[in-house]
Amino acid sequence: MNSSIRRILIANRGEIACRIIHTCRDLGIETIAVYSEADQEALHVKTADLSYAIGPPAAQKSYLNMDAVLSAAQSLNADAIHPGYGFLAENAQFAENVLATGLYWIGPKPVTIASMGDKQKAREIAKVSNIPVLTGSPRISPNNINGASDIAHSIGFPLLIKATAGGGGIGMQPVDELNNFERQILTAQNLAERSFGDPTVYLERYIADARHIEVQIFGFGDGNGVHLFDRDCSIQRRFQKIIEEAPAAEIPRDIREKMHSAALALVREVRYAGAGTVEFIYDRTSNEFFFLEMNTRIQVEHAVTEMVTGLDLIAWQINLARGEFLTASQAKISCGGAAIEARVYAERPEKGFLPSPGKIITFDMPPLSSNLRIDTGVQLGDEITPYYDPMIAKVIAKGKNRREAINTMRSALQEVHIAGPSTNLAYLKQIFSDPDYITKPPSTAYVEEHPAKP
Amino acid sequence: MVIREVTSEVIGSVWKIERSVGDAVEEGDLIMILESMKMEIPVEAPVAGTLSEIKVVAEGSVEEDQVLCLIET
Repeated sequence: MNSSIRRILIANRGEIACRIIHTCRDLGIETIAVYSEADQEALHVKTADLSYAIGPPAAQKSYLNMDAVLSAAQSLNADAIHPGYGFLAENAQFAENVLATGLYWIGPKPVTIASMGDKQKAREIAKVSNIPVLTGSPRISPNNINGASDIAHSIGFPLLIKATAGGGGIGMQPVDELNNFERQILTAQNLAERSFGDPTVYLERYIADARHIEVQIFGFGDGNGVHLFDRDCSIQRRFQKIIEEAPAAEIPRDIREKMHSAALALVREVRYAGAGTVEFIYDRTSNEFFFLEMNTRIQVEHAVTEMVTGLDLIAWQINLARGEFLTASQAKISCGGAAIEARVYAERPEKGFLPSPGKIITFDMPPLSSNLRIDTGVQLGDEITPYYDPMIAKVIAKGKNRREAINTMRSALQEVHIAGPSTNLAYLKQIFSDPDYITKPPSTAYVEEHPAKP
Repeated sequence: MVIREVTSEVIGSVWKIERSVGDAVEEGDLIMILESMKMEIPVEAPVAGTLSEIKVVAEGSVEEDQVLCLIET
């Protein structure tokens, strides 16, 4: 029984690789870590049962190298591949290749990854599912930018230029006025080409002072699925999240339920299989919400959902992949208390959040409890290198309600000491002591309106 | 004639050099793009002038405060 997956290769690094290893261990599954030359001594390599070198430090040549990862899986007889988030997690071709090799792919079907990865197609699917989307433009490729100004005018300002193949906030460009518009389109197309290999962009109405709310779903692949409530991820810099909360506070009950239903409508429409997140922008002035995109992977912030539901999403993913499962019923999933995640980054908030690599010479973390979880992939003496994402750790605090979770977080952060790279710890502490943040859920404009104090 | 050094604000690598030695640049013109921790960091001309020397190569690594190029004003 359950012998179909005995050994999983984790095509990732850092905290998510370590986190997946922990669940595998609980399930009695062996783990294989892959690593680049920069990560030979990394925690995920030490923690896994087996490890395999896949190339030089640059991600393109190691963690993004599909062939290298696949031959590691074959050499060490993996039964399945878990991609984590980032890197190859939303690469439909990679998912295809994994399946073609005869391995289990712990993620949604390749066709789902491909259609949700095309942000325009995702909007179409949302429309078909009767989910409101923001006013947007057709695709704008480098040879048809002429009509773009007219379309921009009809959408109105501010608007966002987004990459059709984009993700992770990369390449999104807010535009306030028609001035210089064509140049901004060209810049965005260049960036999209470089980052995603596809220069196509589109325009979308931009609500600057809104909240970013997302619904965690889990689909069983047959159109059925459940939601695991919602998260607020409004505190962002460069369209990338710093702080996430579950559940999203102060949303009218009927709106919240509509968001959950909308997310499940999408699950039905694409017969979604596995863990996914449907992102919405919520305009608190008008009480409207709009579909932004769907992420077809486990997310960084899944931990806050696990804290309030008591579930293990990685275990769910593995169980679904091995064909066990799934009798989970919505009625049995409940949301208790409130949880907040703070991402500790090697960066300088006072200097435009510029990254700050370096060797970690102090690394103190508070003791864990049922109200405090810390996910990290680094240890004392590790080098935070310039090659990968600057995240050092996720501090996840829980309380009976939002206010208590904030208190737990504030005391936890007092006991976190990291020296070597510069970090955003002081800025995180500033936010968790800020009455504006404590008294009401923040909007996506929060970071800009509350910069790091010197 | 004054020579102005343009330095790197971060540890990282040079992703792409957009201009060549001898080019006239205006203040704010993009000279090169650095990369560090998945972030692209544009290096812009702090002053108008002529790009007299480029001290780094594409894909090479850079240290914080390292001189990237010189502009003659």
